[in-house]
Amino acid sequence: MPSKEEKIIIPNSGEEEIPVPLDPHSQPELTRLDLKRRPCLIDIDKAKRFLSARTFVIAALVGLAVLLGLVAQAKGVTAGLILRLAVYGVMLGSIIALGAIGLSLVYGVLRFANFCHGELLTVGAYIALGLMGVLPRGEPLRPFSFGWEFLVAMVAAMGITGAVAYGLHWALFRHLRRRGSSSAILAMSTLGAAFFIRSIIYLAWGPDFRFYYWGRPRPAWQLPLGVRFRPDQFFILCLAIGLVILLYLLLERTKMGKAMRATADNPELARITGIDTARVIRWTWMIGGGLAAAGGVLLGLDAQLRPEMGWWTLLPMFAAVILGGIGNPYGALAGGLIIGVAQQLSTAFIKTTYKPGVAFLIMILILLVRPQGLFGRRS
Amino acid sequence: MSAFLIKAALLGIPLGILIGRLLLARLHIGLWSWLLGVPLGLGLGLGLLWVIPSGILAYLISLVIMACIFSIISLGLNVQWGYTGLFNIGIAGFFAIGAFTSALFTKAMPTGVEAIYTKQAFGLQLPFLVGVLGAAIVSGIIAFLIGFPTLRLREDYLAIATIGIAEIIRLIFQSERWLANGPQPLRGIPRPLYCLFQDPPCEWLPKVVQGWLEPLEPTDYNFFYLLIVVLFVGLIYLAIERAIRSPWGRVLRAIREEETSTAMSGKNIFAFKMQSFVVGAMIMGIGGALYAHYMVSIDYAHFTPLYGTFIIWVMLMLGGSGNNRGAILGAFLIWGVWVGTTFLTDLINPLLEAISPALPARSPYLRYLLIAILLEAILLWRPQGILGEEKRVSVLFEEKR
Amino acid sequence: MSLLEVREVTSGYGEMEVLHGVSIAVEKGQIVSIIGPNGAGKSTLMKTIFGLLRPWRGEIYFKGEDITGLAPDQIVRNGMCYVPQLDNVFPSLTVQENLEMGAFILDGDITPRLERVWELFPLLRARRRQRVGKMSGGERQMVAMGRALMLDPKLLLLDEPSAGLAPKLVDEIFARVIEINRTGVAIVMVEQNAKKCLELADRGYVLADGRNRFEGTGKELLDNPDIGRLYLGGLKADAQ
Repeated sequence: MPSKEEKIIIPNSGEEEIPVPLDPHSQPELTRLDLKRRPCLIDIDKAKRFLSARTFVIAALVGLAVLLGLVAQAKGVTAGLILRLAVYGVMLGSIIALGAIGLSLVYGVLRFANFCHGELLTVGAYIALGLMGVLPRGEPLRPFSFGWEFLVAMVAAMGITGAVAYGLHWALFRHLRRRGSSSAILAMSTLGAAFFIRSIIYLAWGPDFRFYYWGRPRPAWQLPLGVRFRPDQFFILCLAIGLVILLYLLLERTKMGKAMRATADNPELARITGIDTARVIRWTWMIGGGLAAAGGVLLGLDAQLRPEMGWWTLLPMFAAVILGGIGNPYGALAGGLIIGVAQQLSTAFIKTTYKPGVAFLIMILILLVRPQGLFGRRS
Repeated sequence: MSAFLIKAALLGIPLGILIGRLLLARLHIGLWSWLLGVPLGLGLGLGLLWVIPSGILAYLISLVIMACIFSIISLGLNVQWGYTGLFNIGIAGFFAIGAFTSALFTKAMPTGVEAIYTKQAFGLQLPFLVGVLGAAIVSGIIAFLIGFPTLRLREDYLAIATIGIAEIIRLIFQSERWLANGPQPLRGIPRPLYCLFQDPPCEWLPKVVQGWLEPLEPTDYNFFYLLIVVLFVGLIYLAIERAIRSPWGRVLRAIREEETSTAMSGKNIFAFKMQSFVVGAMIMGIGGALYAHYMVSIDYAHFTPLYGTFIIWVMLMLGGSGNNRGAILGAFLIWGVWVGTTFLTDLINPLLEAISPALPARSPYLRYLLIAILLEAILLWRPQGILGEEKRVSVLFEEKR
Repeated sequence: MSLLEVREVTSGYGEMEVLHGVSIAVEKGQIVSIIGPNGAGKSTLMKTIFGLLRPWRGEIYFKGEDITGLAPDQIVRNGMCYVPQLDNVFPSLTVQENLEMGAFILDGDITPRLERVWELFPLLRARRRQRVGKMSGGERQMVAMGRALMLDPKLLLLDEPSAGLAPKLVDEIFARVIEINRTGVAIVMVEQNAKKCLELADRGYVLADGRNRFEGTGKELLDNPDIGRLYLGGLKADAQ
C-alpha cells in the first residue's frame, strides 16, 4: 500500500516534463532517489540545441564575416580588394562545389568517404589536355581564351572520367562492399586508388606544370569598385551554375534522379521497393566523376595543370560536403561557395599557402558545433 | 683488424638478440637461448663482414636502418589503428614534428656564414636522447591538441581531419622560414656519438679506449646507428606488447570491436582513444627523430602524403594490422619493395624508352603505382595481412605458462 | 496450389538461428495473421520470405514457383511486396515521389496506379507534394502501404502496420487493410496487436521461439483459451 508518494520528474527531449509517481518504500535498499531538481543557471541541453540550430550557425558565420571585414578595414585593406577577393572566391568556390556535389552524392548513396575524388578532377583535366592535343586547334571564341576544341574536350573528358570513376567502383569498391567491409577499409581503398591514379598521371604527363593554352592574352574586364574579372572566369561561373541546374533537373524531375535520392535516404528500402540499386550506383559514379572532371578542366583553365591539383582540392571539397551536410548536393554547392569565398578572403590576412588551413578550420568548427552540417538532418 | 672486430660486434649484438629471442620462443631453453644466441650472433656478424663486400654491406645496413625507422612508425600506427581502430591518415604530420623537433633540440643555433642561409627558431644543443624524448613529447602534445576536437568523430571524419592536419603541418614547415629553414633543408643535424668514429675519437674517452677506436672510419658510423635503431625498435616493441596485454590494452580492443557496449560498461571511450592516439603519436615522433639524425638534413618534402603516410599504411596492412610483429615485417617488406623497384626500373628502362622517350625519367613514379596496386591487392585478397591479427591473452595467463 | 507456401524454413542472422523449421500457407485473397511474443521470429520470417535473408533450410513457393533465395527486386517483379516495420518511407522525397519509387520497375504511365492509391488513401492526395519526413506516423504508414500497392501485388507482406500508432489510427489502418484485401490482394500480417489482427484474419499462425505453435482460422485462435492467456493477455476474458 503506497504511503507517501513522491514524484520524480523525468526530463523529456520534447518540451514537457513527465512526472512519475514513485513509492520510495518499495525501492530496493541502498537506493537513493535524488528527487530535488538541482538548480542550474543554464539548461545545458537547451543551450546546446540553440547553439547548433541552423539559423544560429548561419548568423554566427555572417557575424564572423562582418567581424573580419571590420578587422580588415582597420588593417587598411580596401573594400575593393575585399570585393575582388570575394568575386574570385565565388568562382573558385563554384569549382570546389562541382567536386563537392559529386562527393556528396557518392557519400550519400554509397555511404563511404571517397578520397580519390580529388584525383577525378585531375583525371578530367589531363584527359581534356590529351584530347586537345589531338583535336585541331581553332580560333579562340571571343571574348574567351579557349576555342571550340576546349569545349569538345571538356565534354568528352567528363564522360570518360565518369567511366573511370565507375570502373574503379566496379573493380575495387564493389567487391569490398559485398564483403561487408567497414567504411574505413573502403575509404582506405579509395586512398590507394588516389595514389594509383596520380602515379599514372605522373607517368603519362610528368610532374611539370601544363597549360591548356600557351601565351594567349587573357585580358580582364574592369568592373566597378576595382573588381577585375576575366571573361574566362565568368564562363567558369556560368558553366558551373548551368551544370548545377542540370543536376537539379536530373534529381528532381527524372526517375533515375529520384531513385538516387531515395537510395541515399535508405538503401535497404530502395532494394525492397525494387529500385535497381546497381544502376543507381553506376549513375552516381558517372555523375560524380563527370562533375569532378568539369571542375578539374575549369581549374586547369583558370590556373594550370599539375598532378597534385586534385589532391589540393580534396580538403576544401570535404569541408564543403561536411558544411553542407553529407548526402545533400545542394548543401555541397552552398558549402563550396562558402569555402571558396572564405579561402580567398583569408588571403588578405594570411599567406596564400595556408588557404587549405582555412577550409580545414571551418570543417572542424562545423564538426564540433553542428556535425550534420548546415542542411543535413540530425540523424 | 680491430676495426673489423668492432664492426662485427656492432652487427652481432642485434643479431644475437634476435637469435636469442627466436631460440627462446621456439626451443624453450630459457637462459641458454641468450648464452647461445649472442655468440651465434657475433659469429654471424663476423661471417657477414667477411663474405659480403663492404660497399654492399654498407648499402644493406642503410636499408635496414630505414626499415627499422619505418617499423617504429608502423608500430605507432598499429597502436592507433590496429588496437583502437583510429583511422589516422596524418602520420606524416607526426613524423615531421618528431624529426624537426629533435633536430632543433639537438642542433646549435647557426653562427657565422651558416647563419646567412640557415634560419631556425631555436637550437638547444641538447644530447641525442633528450632530442628523441623531446620529439616524443612534442608529438604527444600536438596529438593531444588535435585529438580534442576530432576523436569524438566518426572514423572517416577523423581520417579527413588527420589528412588536413598533416597537410597544414607540412605547409608550416614549408613556408615558415624562421621555424626550421623552410623550404630550404635544415642541415647539420648532429649524430649521436659520431665522435666515436672521428679521428681522433671523442675527447672525453680515456686514452686507452681512444686507441681501440682509432681504426674506425666515419663511413662505418652506420654500423653504430644500426645498433641504436634496433635497440629502439626492440624497446618499443616490448613496451607495446606488454601494454597491450594489460587491462588498458583490453579496453582499447573492446573499443575497436564494439564501441557502444564498451561505453555502456562505463568506460570513458574518449579518454582511452585519446591515450591511444597520443601514445601512437609519441612513437611516431620517436621514429621521426631517429630519421632526422640518420638523414642529417631534412626538409618538408620528406614528409609527403605518399612517403610519410601512405607507405606506412601499406606496411601495416601488409604485415597485419593488430600485430606488432606484422608491423615490423610489413615495414621491412615494403621498404624492400620500394628500394628493390629502383633496380627493377633500371632493368626495364629500355622497355620504357621504347614506349616513350620521356618515361625513363619518370620511372620513380612506377614505385608509387606498384605500392598502390599492392595495397588494393591486400585489401581485396588478404585484408588481414600476412601475419593476421594476434590473438592476445592476458599477462597473467602467459606468466602461468 | 497455395499462393504462398513456406516449407520448414530455417534461417537467422549471422550464426544465430532464429527460425527452426517454420511452415505457413497463404491462399489467394486470404488475410493471414502471424502473432506471437517478442523474439518469436515473426519479422525474421517476413524478411526470409521476401529474400532479405537467405533461408538455411527449407523452401518457399510463390504462385507455384520456387523463390527460395531470390533477391528482393526479383520477388517484387513476381508480384509480392513488403512493407517493413521501421524506416519504411523515403523521408526526403514527397508523397508522390515515394509512390513513384514503388513503381520503379515499370516503364510508362503510372497515373492509373496513382489514382488507385489516392482512392484508397484520400488524405495522401491532398498532401502529394509534401515531404514525407515531416509527416506523422500514421500518414507515413499510409505512404508506406501505398508505395507497396503501386505494383498491384498479389501478396502484400505487412510487418506490424499498427506499431507506434494511436488506437484510433490503428483502427483506420486495419480498415484499409480490409479494403485492400477486398480488391483481391492476399495479405500476410505480423502484429503485436494480436487480438485485432486475429479478428480480421482468415487464417492465423502463432509463432513462439522460432517454431509453429498454433494455427487455425482467426476465430478458432481467438476462441482458444490457451492462446488467449498466453498471447492475448487474457483479453478474451476481459471482453466477456
